[in-house]
Amino acid sequence: MSNVETQRICKPGDYRSDVKPIWCPGCGDYHVLLSFTRAFAELALLPEETVVVSGIGCSSRIPAYTSCYGFHGVHGRSLAVATGLKVARPDLTVVVASGDGDGYSIGGNHFIQACRRNVDLTYVVMDNRVYGMTKGQPSPTTEPDFDTALTPGGTGLSPFHPLVIALASGANFVARAFSGEPNETANILVEAIRHPGFSFVEVLSPCVTFRPDEREWKNQVHPAPVGATSDPAKAARRLMTDDGFNIGILYRGERRPYQAQIGPKSVDLSELEKDFTL
Amino acid sequence: MSKARPVVRNVVDLLTLAYRIETDAVERYRLLADQMESHNNPDLVKVFRDLTRAEQIHADEIRRLAGDIDLTRRSDALGSVWQKDESPEEVDLAAAHYLMTPWHALQLALAGEKRALAFFTSIVETAKDAKVKEMAAELVEEEAEHVNLVYRLLRKYPKPADSWSQDGDPPVAQD
Repeated sequence: MSNVETQRICKPGDYRSDVKPIWCPGCGDYHVLLSFTRAFAELALLPEETVVVSGIGCSSRIPAYTSCYGFHGVHGRSLAVATGLKVARPDLTVVVASGDGDGYSIGGNHFIQACRRNVDLTYVVMDNRVYGMTKGQPSPTTEPDFDTALTPGGTGLSPFHPLVIALASGANFVARAFSGEPNETANILVEAIRHPGFSFVEVLSPCVTFRPDEREWKNQVHPAPVGATSDPAKAARRLMTDDGFNIGILYRGERRPYQAQIGPKSVDLSELEKDFTL
Repeated sequence: MSKARPVVRNVVDLLTLAYRIETDAVERYRLLADQMESHNNPDLVKVFRDLTRAEQIHADEIRRLAGDIDLTRRSDALGSVWQKDESPEEVDLAAAHYLMTPWHALQLALAGEKRALAFFTSIVETAKDAKVKEMAAELVEEEAEHVNLVYRLLRKYPKPADSWSQDGDPPVAQD
C-alpha cells in the first residue's frame, strides 16, 4: 500500500457514504457506525478492499452508510454470505454486522457453524435485546421478565448467552463493547479485525425506542476486571459469572484460521456434468 | 489502553488539538441535524445546523491563528487522539430523542463547551512551555465566549415541561 493511498483513506469520514443514516435518535447504532469508520481508519483499510456484510434489521443497515463494498443479505444469512466471500477472496477484509434477532435467532445456526469453521471474519452483533425494526418483539437475548403488550408477564425464557456459545463453538476472539464508548469500541474492533480467524464482538447497543431502560446501560458498563485469556474454559467461566456488562477483550484464541484448500486450477464442467446425468 | 489526555508539546500541537476539537464538533452536530431532518423535527434541524456553522467558524478562527501551519493535514495525521473518551466538544449521540427541544440541544452544546473550557484550562494549569500556556489561555477566553453564547441562546428557549417526551400518538405503539 503506498503512502499516498494511506493518506487518502486515513480519515474516518472517508469510510462514510453519502446516505444519511436512518435510525431513531439516540440509537446506539449511530455510535457503532462511528466505531466502524474509526477502526477502518486506524487500520488504514482501503474501502475497495473492505466489505461490510449484513442481514436484516436496524443494525444491518450499516453497509449502506459506509463507502466500502457492502452486501445487505437475507435475514440471518450474513455469515453464510461472508464465509463464501472470504473463502473465495481471502485478500479482502470482511466485517459482518448483525443484531440479536438476525444473528442469534434467524441466523443462530450460522453463528455456531461460523465459530466452528474459524474463517478469518469479524462478526459484530449489535445487541439491544429486542426486535426494534418490527416494533419490539423479544429476541433470544431478551430478559425473561420483559413485560410488554406483546409479551404480557414476560416471556419466562432464559436468554441466550452468545459469548459463551461462541467460545464453546470455537470462535478465536471474543469481546464485548458498549456503543456509548465509540473510541473504546473502535479499539476493540481494530484488535478483532487484526486477530486471525473468527472474531466475535458483541456490542451492547441500546434501543431507546422499545427498550428505553437501556439508556441506563451507560451507567452499568465497566471494564472487565481482568485482561483477555487464551484459555476458553477460563473465559467461559468468567463470562458465566459476570453481570453481562464487563467491557473489553475477553478471549484471544490461537486456533489456525480456516483456509480453502487449493484445488485443481480449472474444472471441466462437461466432465462434471456427466457424473450427474440420469 | 486509554490515554488520559493527548500530549501537548508545543503551540502547534495545541492548535492542532483545538482545531480537531472544533472539527469533531462540526461533524457531530451535522450528524444530529441530519437525524432530526430524518425525523421531521425542523426546530432542532435549525438549532443543530446553527451550531454546526458556529463550530465551523471556531475551526476557521483557529486555522487563522495558525497562519501557514497546515492544521487540516496535522489533524488528519493525529488519528484517534482520544482513546476512550470522546473529543471534549462532541455531544453524546445517545442523548438524542425524537421529541427533544431546542433547550435540550443547547444543554448538550453547553456541556460540550464547558468540557472544552475545562480541557484548555487544564492545559493552562499544567503546561510548562510559556508559549503553550499563553496560547491555551487565549483558547480558554474563546471557549468562555462560546459558553456565554450558549447561555444567551438558552434565554430564547426556556426549559420545556417535564412531559416533553410524552407523545399522544406514538409512532411505535405495540398494541
